[in-house]
Amino acid sequence: MANKKILISGNEAIAEGALAAGCSFYAGYPITPQNEIIAYMASQMPERGGVFVQAESELAAINMVFGASATGARAMTSSSSPGISLKQEGISYLAGAQLPAVIVNIMRAGPGLGNIWPAQSDYFQATRSGGHGDYHCIVLAFASVQEAYDMMQLAFDLADKYRNPVIILGDGLLGQMMEPIVAKRISPIVYRSNKQKKWALTGCKGRKPNIIRSLYMSQDALEKSNFSLQAKYQKIKKSEERYEGWFLDDAKIILVAHGSMARIAKGAVKALRDKGKRIGLIRPITLWPFPAKIFRQLVMENKKLTFLAVEMSFGQMVEDVRLSVNGKVPVKFFGRSGGAVLTAEEIIREVNKLE
Amino acid sequence: MIKKINNHPKSLRKIPTHYCAGCGHGLAHRLIAEVVDELGIREKVIAIAPVGCAVVAYDYWDFDCSEAAHGRALAVATAIKRVRPDNIVFTYQGDGDLAAIGTNETIHAANRGENLTVIFINNAVYGMTGGQMAPTTLLQQKTATTPKGRDQKLHGYPLKISEILALLPGVKYIERVSLHSPQEITKAKRAIKQAFTNQIEGLGFSLVEVLSSCPTYWGLSPNQALSWMREVMVKEFPLGRIK
Ligand SMILES: Cc1ncc(C[n+]2csc(CCOP(=O)(O)OP(=O)(O)O)c2C)c(N)n1
Ligand code: SF4
Repeated sequence: MANKKILISGNEAIAEGALAAGCSFYAGYPITPQNEIIAYMASQMPERGGVFVQAESELAAINMVFGASATGARAMTSSSSPGISLKQEGISYLAGAQLPAVIVNIMRAGPGLGNIWPAQSDYFQATRSGGHGDYHCIVLAFASVQEAYDMMQLAFDLADKYRNPVIILGDGLLGQMMEPIVAKRISPIVYRSNKQKKWALTGCKGRKPNIIRSLYMSQDALEKSNFSLQAKYQKIKKSEERYEGWFLDDAKIILVAHGSMARIAKGAVKALRDKGKRIGLIRPITLWPFPAKIFRQLVMENKKLTFLAVEMSFGQMVEDVRLSVNGKVPVKFFGRSGGAVLTAEEIIREVNKLE
Repeated sequence: MIKKINNHPKSLRKIPTHYCAGCGHGLAHRLIAEVVDELGIREKVIAIAPVGCAVVAYDYWDFDCSEAAHGRALAVATAIKRVRPDNIVFTYQGDGDLAAIGTNETIHAANRGENLTVIFINNAVYGMTGGQMAPTTLLQQKTATTPKGRDQKLHGYPLKISEILALLPGVKYIERVSLHSPQEITKAKRAIKQAFTNQIEGLGFSLVEVLSSCPTYWGLSPNQALSWMREVMVKEFPLGRIK
């Protein structure tokens, strides 16, 4: 099918990308700065044969996603930080029942009501199982409007492959930003439930009844189920780490940043490279699993490295960098949080302080 | 030869339940299973089990079932029915599940007029967690959290969620029934059948409130519990068609 070039915002690209990936169910509750997603879904989902529901709360929305996913449909919801906090109960149930789903968090600053300006301070919540229990969501972070669009296909594919919730982590800056992208020209949604999902609830015609559950009354049964979850997480860790590397071959200082911070950090790297500084960048694309392998490999090859994590938070992802290098080289941190966006100049000043 | 009069419903597995002696849940499960059989919809049904004593209802019913977090059954059911309108989708919920933690989901699913069937088990307590006050607990009724009895000044009044829901234009059918005598059980089954038939015909949101006994947390014998329902509970929760 022919591609088309369109100019849209990050939020709209997420919605359009989800539709292109065969998402046939969306439920959400309005919250800034991601309202373009819900509006886009309200207008486009029914046009293309899917189901759109404006839920009465984020709690209802995530549980609607639970129901749609239980039937085998590709289902998603989106929100921003305070709404994502409300969804945590449902995300834990999705993980426990091994249901695929995509949850988009266009982060704003917190804690509490905070404000509507961009932040990356929900990193812990996303990567450390924000709800109760021992579980993990796969967490993906995009850094451009095109990547937001493309990432939706990956998100739904990973969710189905591993029967696991996937979180897309962006921030208000990326959500609102307009960029031209190449999008697939898509036909109406062909199926609402996927016939390959043998576990799905479709009515028990011609088979034994299916049950979607996360409850296991006995200690043995729950531990067995949890062991199988852990085995799945190990498999994901082994095969799904993704990152983008920039000038890693000769770098002595490596910036680590995700999402819109990575774009700004790239500007700093470019300016410093022009001045002859041996600096590089790692942009984690999977935040869980965190791309630890590349860090270990670099540290093994070069003991004189310094990492500088830059974040729109007071230091969350930096913990994963520290865990990855395991004390072998220095890991520094620079960040702001509360809606402030770090500039390339601030990063450059921080880098210059390192030597 | 002795003739078997009560055939075991195909939609109910032949295993003992975990419910206390005299509990209404087992009977309510059976009535639903009989109705599902009689309407010939076993292969189309998708049930949503609550969080409450009936959480493992899916161990007893022999058709597709999903769990839902406490109170969220109607959000889960809404999506299942919207994605698969040809299936017959129902929720089975206790008074804590439907009328306390899940009130928001309940009111909004009803107000959207979702074409769903709801079996609402009112036993005037939280059974699963040890007999605490439910929104439906009667005035003066003693529970684990109202040791001196429910006092309207402190705890408010028994919540008549069915009457509240009846005000919503999206709601098609509401009836309150009770399981305290064979006659009432027959009426309960007829109402449950009506609520399923409405969905088959696409008529919209239908709810049956079933007064059900919890001898364990009422501190009564199974027989005393039935008398209490007949003499006290139905005065607070009058039986019959509400809408
Ligand atoms: C979020 C959450 N809060 C509390 C509980 C604990 N809990 C389990 S069942 C229940 C109340 C059940 O009462 P009801 O819905 O009336 O059903 P019954 O057990 O009486 O049939 C509570 C409070 C829970 N499982 N989840
Ligand atoms: S506690 Fe009450 S509701 Fe629960 S099984 Fe026992 S009698 Fe039934």
